[in-house]
Amino acid sequence: MKHRFQSQGFNFGSAFFTGLTGLATALILVFLVIILGNIFLNGWEGLSWRFVSTIPKKDFFEPGSAAVLPMIVGTTIRVFVMTLFVIPVGVITAIYLTEYASTTSLYTRIIRAAVNNLAGVPSIVFGLFGLGFFINFIGKNLDQMMNASGPHFGQPAVLWASLTLAVMTLPVVIVATEESLKAIAPGLREASLALGATKLQTIWKIVLPNALPGIMTGAILAISRAAGEVAPIMFTGAAYYMADLPKSPTDQFMDLGYHIYVLSTQSPDIEKTRPILYATVLVLLLLTFALNAVAIVVRSRMRKAMRAGH
Amino acid sequence: MQTHHEKELAELKDKLLTMASHAETAVTRAVEAVVNRDEKLAVQVRADDNILDRFEVTVDEMSVALLAKAPLASDLRFVLMVMKISQNLERVGDEANKIAKRARDLAGEPPLKANIDIPKMAQIALGMLKSSLDAFVRRDAATARALIPRDKEVNALNKQFQKELMELMTRDPANIRRCMWLTVVTKSLERIADHAKNVAEDVVYLCEANDIRHAAGK
Amino acid sequence: MPEPVLQKIAMPEAPAQPTTGTVPLIEADKLSLYYGQSKALKEISLTIPEKLVTAFIGPSGCGKSTFLRCFNRMNDLIDGVRIEGQINIGGHDIYGDDVDVIELRKRVGMVFQKSNPFPKSIYENIAYGLRLHGIKAKSELDGIVEHSLKGAALWDEVKERLNASALGLSGGQQQRLCIARTIAIKPEIILMDEPASALDPIATARIEELILELKEQFTIVIVTHNMQQAARISDYTAFFYLGTLVEFDVTSKIFTAPKERQTEDYVTGRFG
Repeated sequence: MKHRFQSQGFNFGSAFFTGLTGLATALILVFLVIILGNIFLNGWEGLSWRFVSTIPKKDFFEPGSAAVLPMIVGTTIRVFVMTLFVIPVGVITAIYLTEYASTTSLYTRIIRAAVNNLAGVPSIVFGLFGLGFFINFIGKNLDQMMNASGPHFGQPAVLWASLTLAVMTLPVVIVATEESLKAIAPGLREASLALGATKLQTIWKIVLPNALPGIMTGAILAISRAAGEVAPIMFTGAAYYMADLPKSPTDQFMDLGYHIYVLSTQSPDIEKTRPILYATVLVLLLLTFALNAVAIVVRSRMRKAMRAGH
Repeated sequence: MQTHHEKELAELKDKLLTMASHAETAVTRAVEAVVNRDEKLAVQVRADDNILDRFEVTVDEMSVALLAKAPLASDLRFVLMVMKISQNLERVGDEANKIAKRARDLAGEPPLKANIDIPKMAQIALGMLKSSLDAFVRRDAATARALIPRDKEVNALNKQFQKELMELMTRDPANIRRCMWLTVVTKSLERIADHAKNVAEDVVYLCEANDIRHAAGK
Repeated sequence: MPEPVLQKIAMPEAPAQPTTGTVPLIEADKLSLYYGQSKALKEISLTIPEKLVTAFIGPSGCGKSTFLRCFNRMNDLIDGVRIEGQINIGGHDIYGDDVDVIELRKRVGMVFQKSNPFPKSIYENIAYGLRLHGIKAKSELDGIVEHSLKGAALWDEVKERLNASALGLSGGQQQRLCIARTIAIKPEIILMDEPASALDPIATARIEELILELKEQFTIVIVTHNMQQAARISDYTAFFYLGTLVEFDVTSKIFTAPKERQTEDYVTGRFG
C-alpha cells in the first residue's frame, strides 16, 4: 500500500521564503536598536533635572546654561491643541463618509481622493500653506477686522502651528475613524434602527461609543506623527528663542524638534553642543512616548469599559 | 414545564388511548352479545364500528402533522408506533364487528350445547390488549415482553375449540351453521390476541428500539 | 397611532389568504421591490393573520428576507430600492406619505439572524429602546426590563447579573436578549429573520418554544431555512421562489400535501 501522505522531501522554496521574511523583520529590529541605543547612550549624560526644568538663557549652546523646559511645554501644547482640532473635524468627516455619503457618488469620491492626497503632501508644503492661509489670510484679516494697531493674529503663533499640524494629520484621523466605523457590525446599526431609533440616535448612542477605541488609535497615530514634525511649524509658530513660556494662543513658542534643528545647524562649536543635542533628542523621544502612552492608556480604559458593558 | 412539542405528543397519546378504550368496549360488548344472545347489543356494536374508523383517521392525521416536524429518536418511534397501534386497534374493532355480526345471527337460532368457553378466551385476549396498552402508557418493555407468549395460550384454546366444533358438526349436520358462526367468533378472538401481541411488540420497539417481531423463526 | 382598522381592500384578484377563524393584520397587495433595475419581489399579495406564526420559506435569494424587511421598512436603508404596490398593517398603508417610520418600527419589531446585542449591559440592552421612546423613570425601566426578560425566558438565567455585559452571554441567550429587547417596546408584530440559524439544537429548541409562547400576544412572521422548524412553530407557511409567492397555506398542508409542484420539490429536497 502506498503512503500517500509521505513528505516529498525538503521544500527549498518554502524554507527560503521563511528565511527571507524573518531576515527582513530582524533588520528592522536591528535598526531600531541601533538608533534608540545610540540616542539613549549618548543622551543620558546630558539629562538632568535642571536641564528639563529651567528656561535657558539666550546662549543655549553652552552645556552649562542649556535647558529645554519651554520646548517641552511648547511641543506638548501644540500637540494638545492640534488634537483638540483634528479629532472633531476628522471624526465628523469620517462619519459623513461612512454613514451618510453614498459610496458611489462623485462628490464622495472627490472627498476620498482629497483625503488620500492630503496624506501624501510633504510637510514643508503644509508649513508654507499654514503661513499663507492661517497667518497671512485669516490672521491678517482678523487683525484688519479688529482694527488692531500692530499684527496680533497675523503673525506666527502656537494656534496657527497647531492648526497647520491638524490639517496635516487630518487624513490619519479620518482613515482610522472610518476603519473603526466600518468595523462595527452592521447588525448593531440595524438593531438600533429596528427598535425605532433615528439615524442620529443610532450614530450617537451606538456607533460612536463603539468606534471610540478606533478613533483613539487615529489620535495616537496623529500625535506620533505631529510630535516630531518641524517643517509645518517653522513658519507658523516656532521661535528661535523666547525668554518666557507662551501665555496665549497667539504667542510664539519654542519647540523640541525645531530646537534640535537649531542646535545642529546654528551651533558655533558643534563638538561642545553635541551632548546637549543628544539629550534634547532623547527628551523629544521620551515626550513622544509619554504622549502616546497617555492615549494608549485612555484607549485601553475605553475598551475595558466597553467589555464590561457600560 | 411541558414544551409545546411534548404537549402535542401527549395529545396524540390521549387520542390513541381513547381509541383503545373504544376498541376494548367494542370487544367486551360483542362477546357479551354472543354469551347473552343479545341481538340489540350486537346491532349496537356494529353501528359503533365507524367510531374507531374515525379515530384511526384522526390519529393518522395528527401523526403525519407531527412527523412533518421531524421528531427524532424516541419521539420518532413514538409517533410511528402510535400509527401502528392505531391500525391494530382499528383491526380489533373490525374483529369485534365480526363477532357482533355472528352474535346477531346466533341469537336468532336456538342455543347450541357445546363445551366452548368463549368468555374465558375473550378474557385472555382482552387482558392481553389491556396490558399491552398499559405497557405502552408506562413505556414498560418488560410487561410487553411478558405478555407475548400468552398469544400461544389463545391459539391453543382456539385450536381446541375448532376441534370441538368440528366434532359437533360431524355429529349433526343441523349444528353446522351455528358451529361455523362460532368458529368465526373464536377465530376473531384469536386475531384480537394477535393484534394485542403486535401492540406489545411495538411497545418493545418503542422502548428499546429493538425489533423483536418474527424473532422466533430465527 | 390609528386603531388597527380591519378593512378589506378591493382587489382584482383575491390575494393568498388564510381561511377561517383568523383576523388579517398585514396585507400585502401586489408588492414589487426593485434593486435598481432588477425586480427582486414580483407582485406579492398575501394576508398575514393576527396572533399566529407565519413562516416564509424558500431557497436563498428567493426574496423572503427582503419581503420580511418591507414590513418595518428596513429596506429603506438600502440605496436604490424602490417599491411598488401596498402593504397595509391594521388597514394602514405603511408606505403612505403620512407614515412615521420610527413609529412603524415601534409597532413592528425585528429579531435578526445574527444575535446583535449592543456592547452594553444586559439591563441597558433593554433600556436602550425604552429610553428612545421616552421611558426614563428608573422604576418603570426596572419593571419592563424584568417583564421582558421573563417574557423571553431569560430572567432566571440573568437576574443575578443584569449589569454584566450582554456579550458575555451564550449565543442562544444573546438571541433571547434580542427578543426581550424587541418585546420590551411592546410591538404588535415581531419579524424574525432566521433567528435560530446560528444556534445549536438546544438553543434552537428554546427559541422555538419561546416563539410558540410569544404568539399568544404577538403576531410573528419568521423567515427560516429550516423546514422542520417552520413545520414545528408556524400556523401558516408561504413558499417563495425567484421573488414570487408560489404557495401560501396552512403549514401542515404545505409540508404534507402542497398544491404546487415547486413547493413539493422544495420541501422534499428535490429542488433544482
